[in-house]
Amino acid sequence: MSSSGQNSKEAQRKAAMAVLAHSGAAEIAGRLQQIAVPAHENLREPENGLVMLRGRVGGDGAPFNLGEATVSRAAVRLATGEVGFGYTLGRDAQKAQMIALCDAMVQSAQFADEVEAKVVAPLRAAMIAERSRKAAETAATRVDFYTMVRGEG
Amino acid sequence: MYVAVKGGERAIENAHRLLAHERRGDRDVAEVSLAQISEQLSLGVDRVMTEGSLYDRELAALAIKQARGDMIEAIFLVRAFRATLPRFGATEPVNTGEMQVRRRISSTFKDIPGGQILGPTFDYTHRLLDPQLAEGFVPEQPLTAEALQAATPRVTDILGRDGLIEGSPQADADAPVGDLTREPLNFPADRDLRLQNLARGDEGFLLALGYSTQRGYGRNHPFAGEIRFGEVEVEFFAEDAGFAVPLGSIELTECQMVNQFKGSANEAPCFTRGYGLAFGQSERKTMSMALVDRALRARELDEEATSPAQDEEFVMSHSDNVQATGFVEHLKLPHYVDFHSELGLLRKLRQEFAEANEAPEMQEAAE
Repeated sequence: MSSSGQNSKEAQRKAAMAVLAHSGAAEIAGRLQQIAVPAHENLREPENGLVMLRGRVGGDGAPFNLGEATVSRAAVRLATGEVGFGYTLGRDAQKAQMIALCDAMVQSAQFADEVEAKVVAPLRAAMIAERSRKAAETAATRVDFYTMVRGEG
Repeated sequence: MYVAVKGGERAIENAHRLLAHERRGDRDVAEVSLAQISEQLSLGVDRVMTEGSLYDRELAALAIKQARGDMIEAIFLVRAFRATLPRFGATEPVNTGEMQVRRRISSTFKDIPGGQILGPTFDYTHRLLDPQLAEGFVPEQPLTAEALQAATPRVTDILGRDGLIEGSPQADADAPVGDLTREPLNFPADRDLRLQNLARGDEGFLLALGYSTQRGYGRNHPFAGEIRFGEVEVEFFAEDAGFAVPLGSIELTECQMVNQFKGSANEAPCFTRGYGLAFGQSERKTMSMALVDRALRARELDEEATSPAQDEEFVMSHSDNVQATGFVEHLKLPHYVDFHSELGLLRKLRQEFAEANEAPEMQEAAE
């Protein structure tokens, strides 16, 4: 595969992972039930751990350690060889395992389109709808300054 | 002499059983759920996550429930939990410039690009107790308006374009990011360690210190350049995957304090800055943190350091409420042997004092 092809595949995997990490475990599980999941095995048993979250001095300067967060991770290999990785904030190890499974399917020529259409796309639509709702609520609290005009208008 | 004291076990066991009973309170009153704490006492959860130094809403809610609402006890529980899990590594630094802003205000520019967005705030409330909230109150649905697609740049970025404010210090590629959970604190401490310390620091302690700078103890003339709260995306470079994987998003509050300017023969005068960052909606915390961060830069900015908030050893050694409560509360533990050695010494000294004061009289009487 060419390097640009690899980059676009990586971007596709990241985009799917971002949607899945934002989605609830129950929602992912519900969507996964709608596809015939291929045979797979756990390459890394789902596990909990921590990551140190970093910020930047002044927002854009040198990094510093802000505090930790719980994370879960897993790795899955399809019978056809594709290896998927799952990482998510929180302690739901099964969610990490489902993300890993989806990541493996995204890399499979046979399953990529189906997992995108039946799992990732609907979850992405829900995520965008939720974001839009919050953005619209927030927008209603934007201040519209106006100037009081004195004298003859 | 070491004296083993036994016999407290049963009393301790029964005390903990009584604690569990008291924690539950009146059993005819419905038990509070973690979801209720997380959803309805959310700013308390934010504080426990920030000072517990662990982003996990559910665990923070559990800690608050277990601690009967004692925030420092809850923070202690969360800190202790951290030790039970392995650390996979550090995330990529979050980009607060790309925050999904839920609130964003500036007290320095009225017309900032992206606008003044009040979001969910206590500001402008009348601080009158609301009896409606006592039971069964159903709030109205929030109003909505069309969201602007325009970016919300940081106010400091806008000032920075004209050179009116100092830039943020950039990373030294050779220096690893300091981590006070891994190495003991040494002084003088660099800004990364100071910010980590302040981020975990007690809100009340930092509030008092920040306030002290405003009252003249290390004055640095602050303006709240910008306060923003919202969601930021987190990425983690996963070695197995070979690229930075998205982990989801977290809520953060950021405060950019704009402070009195400095300049020299070689440098045009410009504003200086202090920085605050915390989990969740933690406005008072990040404002206090930014004030103290700026005060602690006294040495770097050649300012006279005469006040507590400017003394990094004093601030950093006393900001951690888990350490502080540990040392203060350990006074409750048995000190029988220590105390009895002091008691013995005191009795001896008093006896010597009495003998010394009696002796001359006896001598006088004898003469």
